[in-house]
Amino acid sequence: MEEIVLMKGNEAIAHAAIRCGADGYFGYPITPQSEVLETLAEEKPWETTGMVVLQAESEVASINMVYGGAATGKRVLTSSSSPGVSLMQEGISYIAGAELPCLIVNVMRGGPGLGPIQPSQADYFQSVKGGGHGDYRLIVLAPASVQEMADFVDLAFELAFKYRNPAMILSDGIIGQMMEKVTLPPFKPRRTEEEIMAECPWATTGRKNGRRPNIVTSLELDPAEMEKRNIHLQEKYKEIEANEVRYEEINCEDAEYLFVAFGSCARIAQKAMEDARAEGIKVGLLRPITLWPFPYKAIAERAKGLKGILSVEINAGQMVEDIKLAVEGNVPVAHFGRLGGIVPAPDEVVEALKQKVMQ
Amino acid sequence: MQKEEIIIAGFGGQGVLSMGKILAYSGLMENKEVSWMPAYGPEQRGGTANVTVIVSDERISSPILSQYDVAIILNQPSLEKFEDKVKPGGILMYDGYGISTPPTRKDIKVCRIDAMDAAAELGNAKAFNMIVLGGLLKLKPMVTIESVVKALKKTLPERHHHLIPMNEEAIRKGMEIVKEENR
Repeated sequence: MEEIVLMKGNEAIAHAAIRCGADGYFGYPITPQSEVLETLAEEKPWETTGMVVLQAESEVASINMVYGGAATGKRVLTSSSSPGVSLMQEGISYIAGAELPCLIVNVMRGGPGLGPIQPSQADYFQSVKGGGHGDYRLIVLAPASVQEMADFVDLAFELAFKYRNPAMILSDGIIGQMMEKVTLPPFKPRRTEEEIMAECPWATTGRKNGRRPNIVTSLELDPAEMEKRNIHLQEKYKEIEANEVRYEEINCEDAEYLFVAFGSCARIAQKAMEDARAEGIKVGLLRPITLWPFPYKAIAERAKGLKGILSVEINAGQMVEDIKLAVEGNVPVAHFGRLGGIVPAPDEVVEALKQKVMQ
Repeated sequence: MQKEEIIIAGFGGQGVLSMGKILAYSGLMENKEVSWMPAYGPEQRGGTANVTVIVSDERISSPILSQYDVAIILNQPSLEKFEDKVKPGGILMYDGYGISTPPTRKDIKVCRIDAMDAAAELGNAKAFNMIVLGGLLKLKPMVTIESVVKALKKTLPERHHHLIPMNEEAIRKGMEIVKEENR
């Protein structure tokens, strides 16, 4: 039976990981994300599903444990918050280069540097443009509710394995710390060794029956070979762009203006939309759910006939660049955000719409 | 549609966050939509703490608000921060113990609850936040006391279930002692 519970977004990540048959979690505490590891420690899944939960000595160790686990075809994840995710970037690049599936959860806080511990969305560039070195992409999902925190864990793993690519859940201190109703996903057993061998013929599962050795590496000293590998990656990314764009539109049919916002900020923008509509301003909301692949086409299509777009972000203006790329100068695009851990209030968003877009 | 947007603000250690949690859980018991958003920080006992709770019949958009239907104010810094943010016609309820300069707005209903004193009378300082919750439910009966009891059963570990009657008593006490100040 489905049970509705009240929990924090971070707790939902932990429960969803156990329920979707994850094999291992490796992480290191950092506010505002620590409840992920804490909840896993409380739930003791190693006694039930056999899932490994390990507090590593650092974020660098965590991501490399994920690298190792992923190389064997296991469903493995880590979670952290902004400064910790910065530490992981080398490992993430290696995992993308070695084409391994895994899940990284970033519950963003303010920056740059050590910053405060309050919510922020300032890691958009890092997440969607590549925070590590080299030409690679992460599949980036942006949950806007505790329910989506729970739902996107399995979705991220499904996409990661489908494309042999690391996936990220890009959340923040609002969604991580807030409590909402959530229906947890049903229990799915961890895959057996046989199932892993069947699904992941590339995995280092131990040579049996004369199979050739599987070698997992991102190292290739021959640039001609490395170019081929890069071309292959780019083809894969094109396929993901063609198939996996996700977004939500609210009140867009009659809209003259449009908010574009993701994650927690989409909730704030939704309230601002309700308030603005109560004043007679016809504004809609487009919420990118996948930040990469980004819904360029959907935004371009929706922008037709609009008087203006306001990108609402908890940063100094990052996603707004992608919105501008999408509309190619056909519609005025402005940005509103608060910085350093300050969260915009709905009335500020309405005011920004009036000042920056409707003027 | 019924929707209550509430801020509960006071000192860390007063039970602000857990009161909000019990209120949210009580809403859940009645199948309502709820959200609980703490202003988290490097908090400590004696520092400020606040939480936004929304209880609604419909899906909740923003868990973060600019204005509130009800502000529950448990110390002076919180009064200064949130008095202006009560919607016209809304309610501000404060505990007299923590307030040196009382609220002055005339366009809202100002109510006082001497919960700190009442908790001392009951001989249980920990009953404080449930007395405050009682006051809130008297002013805005958004959930029934039965739902609060169910929520307590759900959120408290079994070994603390013997404390539930005491909590229920505290809620009823709060309902009794809350009083409207202006008008």
